[in-house]
Amino acid sequence: MKNELEMGTTPNISRRSQLIDPLPIYTMWLRQMKRFFRMKARLVSSLVMPILFLAFLGLPMSFIPSGDIPGIPPGMNFLDFLAPGIVGMTLLFSSMMGGASVIWDKEFGFLKEVLVAPVNRFSIILGREAGAMTTAIMQALMIVIIAVLMGVSLQSLAGFGLSLVFMILTCTTFIGLGLILATKLGEMEGFMSIINMIQLPLFFLSGALFPLDAMPSWVKYIMYINPLTYAVDGLRGSLVGGAAFPLTLDLIILLISSIVLAGLGTRFFSTMEAD
Amino acid sequence: MKAIIEAENLTKEFDGFVAVDHINFTVEEGEIFGFLGPNGAGKSTTIKMLTTILNPTSGQARICGYDVLRQRDDVRRYIGIVFQDPSIDRFLTGKENLNFHGMVYHMDKKTRESRIAEVLNLLDLKGKENTPIKDCSGGIQRRFEVARGFMAHPSVLFLDEPTIGLDIQARRTLWEYIRKLNKDEGITIILTTHYIEEADYLCHRAGIIDHGKVIVLDSPQRLKDSVGIDLILMEIADGGNESFTTLLKELEWVKNIEQHGSLVELSVEEGDGRIPELLGLASREGIRVTSIDSHKPSLEDAFLHHTGRTIRESEGGMKETRKARRARGK
Repeated sequence: MKNELEMGTTPNISRRSQLIDPLPIYTMWLRQMKRFFRMKARLVSSLVMPILFLAFLGLPMSFIPSGDIPGIPPGMNFLDFLAPGIVGMTLLFSSMMGGASVIWDKEFGFLKEVLVAPVNRFSIILGREAGAMTTAIMQALMIVIIAVLMGVSLQSLAGFGLSLVFMILTCTTFIGLGLILATKLGEMEGFMSIINMIQLPLFFLSGALFPLDAMPSWVKYIMYINPLTYAVDGLRGSLVGGAAFPLTLDLIILLISSIVLAGLGTRFFSTMEAD
Repeated sequence: MKAIIEAENLTKEFDGFVAVDHINFTVEEGEIFGFLGPNGAGKSTTIKMLTTILNPTSGQARICGYDVLRQRDDVRRYIGIVFQDPSIDRFLTGKENLNFHGMVYHMDKKTRESRIAEVLNLLDLKGKENTPIKDCSGGIQRRFEVARGFMAHPSVLFLDEPTIGLDIQARRTLWEYIRKLNKDEGITIILTTHYIEEADYLCHRAGIIDHGKVIVLDSPQRLKDSVGIDLILMEIADGGNESFTTLLKELEWVKNIEQHGSLVELSVEEGDGRIPELLGLASREGIRVTSIDSHKPSLEDAFLHHTGRTIRESEGGMKETRKARRARGK
């Protein structure tokens, strides 16, 4: 009876669902891309805040003589210092949202349908993460371009290439965090405000706006355990120079945080009930 | 006829609340099978267990011979689902949604294209496939979801409240397509509904489900026949009255009598002609009848007959079914 059914009705479906299944991964990714380019209003609004920071915090402060703020190397103006921080912020917000939105997609969207497809969950979430990462990095690159147009000078092409590595690790880390929050707290009321409550302190305590050295020492300790600190520092070091830590350290810490958080998030997602 | 779905003592509990209570049924290949019942009766939970979304607490079910708990991936290969809540990507076009579905189900590009043309054709969606879903009407959106549901050649298509939220016209249109799908594609369809007419019109067999139990399961015609030839529903002002009911029982033309609260249900022959007689009898006994009507038994009467209450999960639903009955000329 089994054979008859298999041959008769579903000729196009492979027998076993593989762990890494290219076509569904690509599908999930492609869908994110289409949505990204179609929802122009959302794209524009996601760029507004970073631009405001650059224009109304970065530009005016860049007129203060350099070297007056502890932690900013002499010869570097504040806009140069701020721009990588704002790139980091864009990555943080976009990635966290990318991970967290899985919960709505599962409830009302396309994902719900995919969860009952004969496809491995791991492949689904991998594609979804890849999509979220691509959109976050595209937004971050737009901010880099805007910053350059405002007068920020990039260090070198190699540095820019390295910054892409930092962007990828930053996205992986915070998509993972978003996924963890979504799978564990997603049913809760006010889930969005919880996300905000976590995002903003992460941002303010990352050295994105002010250098680590300008902070009181107890704040510094909090900043040391914030992965975004190393993300911002790595982006700063690679894009404009003036990192507080060695870039290798930034890289290693981000690598660890991305493996741990994305690994946990993926695991939670894979084991959750489809309903 | 071969059983394509078999459920044995299928049960789902949520924190001590039994949503589905040891239900048994089989669905045969090629039929349209329906679960009729009010919201919260356990219809959707049953569907969710069959479609591997929820794990049964106890009991088991097989689809195409595969166990829904232990052989999930196999089950998933043979089923298509249209969820109660919309689950189609609103920012993508209908065609993109169908295409993505095909990709997730590992259909190659050529197969996808020809299949998309086929399903668009079958559901008359040609010309609308390149419009973003959010710009389509509710009926069209739903039709795209149905199209997606059977796109990958499932053996069984699950429709969870397929026409909920649609206006009456879109609902009737969708019914026609569901029938056509069943006929042209030979696909087995299992649906849930709380619309009496929907079950009546579509289902080859329907199970009346209430409080997590399948109360009765048969073809709509036989469910109706089980109630009687003609049915008189009488609503009495001061609730039940034993002596009056006993009196009615003694009338030779009353085949059967049942009382559900203030509603008295009489199975009779030539119902219309009996109304004056009944009213005369009531006034002699000092009973105030607030409403009375006679009609051929509908599935709604069957529901009342078997569950002891009308399908009144919501005011709107109740009014609607009454209205529909009046529209059909009782």
